[in-house]
Amino acid sequence: MAGPDVALEPAGRPLRETAVAAADAREQRIFVASQWQLMWWRFRKHRLAVLSGFVVAGFYMVVLGADFLAYADPDVSEAQRSLMPPQRVYWFDGRSFGPYVYAVTGARDPQTFKRVYRPDPTQKIPIRFFAEGFEYHLFGFIPTTRHLIGVDGGLDASRTIFLLGTDVQGRDLWSRLMYGTRISLTIGLFGVTVSLVLGVVLGGLSGFYGGVTDTVIQRMIEILRSIPTIPLWMGLAAALPREWTVLQVYFAITIIISLLGWTELARVVRGRFLAMREEDFVVSARLVGCSRTRTIFVHMVPSFMSHIIAATTLALPAMIISETALSFLGLGLRPPAISWGVLLQQAQNVQTVAISPWLMIPAVPVIVAVMAFNFLGDGLRDAADPYGR
Amino acid sequence: MLAYIGRRALLAVFTVWAISVLSFVIIQLPPGDYVTSYIAQMASTGSVVSEEEAQALRIQYGLGQPIYVQYAKWMRQVMAGNFGMSMEWRRPVTEVIGERLWMTVIVSVAALLLTWALALPIGIYSAVRQYSAGDYAATFVGFIGLAVPNFLLALVILYLGFVLFNAHVGGLFSPELQDAPWSVARVWDLLAHLPIPALILGLAGTAQQIRIMRANLLDELRKPYVVTARSKGLSEWRVILKYPVRVALNPFASTIGYTLPYIVSGSIIVSLVLGLPTVGPLLLKALIAQDMFLAGTIVLLLGVMTVVGTLISDILLVWIDPRIRIEET
Repeated sequence: MAGPDVALEPAGRPLRETAVAAADAREQRIFVASQWQLMWWRFRKHRLAVLSGFVVAGFYMVVLGADFLAYADPDVSEAQRSLMPPQRVYWFDGRSFGPYVYAVTGARDPQTFKRVYRPDPTQKIPIRFFAEGFEYHLFGFIPTTRHLIGVDGGLDASRTIFLLGTDVQGRDLWSRLMYGTRISLTIGLFGVTVSLVLGVVLGGLSGFYGGVTDTVIQRMIEILRSIPTIPLWMGLAAALPREWTVLQVYFAITIIISLLGWTELARVVRGRFLAMREEDFVVSARLVGCSRTRTIFVHMVPSFMSHIIAATTLALPAMIISETALSFLGLGLRPPAISWGVLLQQAQNVQTVAISPWLMIPAVPVIVAVMAFNFLGDGLRDAADPYGR
Repeated sequence: MLAYIGRRALLAVFTVWAISVLSFVIIQLPPGDYVTSYIAQMASTGSVVSEEEAQALRIQYGLGQPIYVQYAKWMRQVMAGNFGMSMEWRRPVTEVIGERLWMTVIVSVAALLLTWALALPIGIYSAVRQYSAGDYAATFVGFIGLAVPNFLLALVILYLGFVLFNAHVGGLFSPELQDAPWSVARVWDLLAHLPIPALILGLAGTAQQIRIMRANLLDELRKPYVVTARSKGLSEWRVILKYPVRVALNPFASTIGYTLPYIVSGSIIVSLVLGLPTVGPLLLKALIAQDMFLAGTIVLLLGVMTVVGTLISDILLVWIDPRIRIEET
């Protein structure tokens, strides 16, 4: 499948000659293309992977601009608007484009004691783009109050929009989801980085030296892989001191997750090292007198960088799921930290979910992100070796 | 062959040892030692632990001595079947865990069996009818199965059951048989409740097995011996089932080692969502209450259970695949 196919056509001599010439030109292009270019050509063919690449990029845009995309302070709670369902957005005001929502009045049902919310058709609340909202620092250093959407005169108890409804404490789910995305995806990224370092070092040692080192590391991996991880994670996570700050817990959880997650990466790196140890260019590098470090980092690592990138992408979903699972159980990140798992904690109880199904919405980004990373990783893995097949 | 099994058994022993160390670490992690938390626990309920009793406990667990001595003492107790007391329940840990461990085994094995029962026919179908609508459907469901974390799947199924059928699909027993003694009716009830948790736990594994089965069978189907069998006039199903499927079946056994830990892991968190009487909810409660002997024991037993399951699968593999037998002699 590498590069353009060589054309095969049965009929007509002239046609054949031009086709051969064209094929030659294409082949020429392949011969002179760099390795990364070949990989890119191959990756491009995997449509689903390309699409997933955009989805992943989109997720990381949310990570960067979470405060800009949110329109309400994720920590401001208000008992008056507890468990409000998502508000319907009307896109056209009359004939012109002008999205608005109806104001909502809440009252307690005298029979069930549940809060019920009724839209008030007499009161339109127009949605503004680039509206004023709470203050924050864009990208961490540009102070601003602008948000992608908002309402005139800022948010107060009577003039609000809740695109995805509110949680039990009356906090806006959309805004919390934006902040949750930031934490859930960065924790995966940090976790995978730690795993990567462990995996490359141990897998590299194992594959390069072989012998006893290899046996010991391989047995270690086998042992780690045959242990059920969730109970272990739970045990370790539960031991984190209660008085730790959000940041400390964040890093501790990252480390706990990555301590058991490096085995697959190590396996890939070792496999590459073994395959490459006897390659001509490695042997000649050694014969020319390169030091071991130089042989590894200048000659070997660049040639399987692509494999490492692919394996890393494939390791990310597991990290995301682990964090979500731990936080869902209440053993991972704890409020006031916001992550997908923390948000899903409110959806633990079926009765609650049956009444307020929108609390399950945070499951959607989890599933989409996991799928996108998987497809992207699959595509990268296929493209990683452009000379194969 | 014996050498092979011996080597696997040795690795299993090492694994159990590693798990025991990790469990011990988990027991040791919370601040304070067992006795101080025991005294605090008793004090909170109004009873007082005498100085002698505290001293006796300290000696029994070797507290204050080097950590490896404490580990050795704990291991000696564990070997003798004494897993310590659960502070939360005020009963020996073995009693608290009791039936729940067996429920975990039953749910995990059911999930594993269901994985095979689904993956085998679907995998064969997908390979034989490559690129058919059914093949694409299987691939699609497979991707969903791999991407959706099982506890979210459990949540969605629970929600759908609640909204569509107004039924609680969780649990392993009907309410009236919850605490009943074992009887035919109770076993039947258990079997009726098993499929949903087993399906949820097994879905990811099933998806993987289908992909493996499909890929392996496709490789086998291209081999000349299949053409030979066909040209000799065997019926198509006989050709496929008799030879290539048998070869392609191999990974089913060889991947148990990775599937089983995954299922056991998943059972913890799925049990919490579905309210299954396995060790899962018990572990969470123990960890939150810092009831460490109970928590450590559960981690240890789950690990040992998984290792034993894996060892059985290794032996099974030798039995299925003659190539391993020959290689290792």
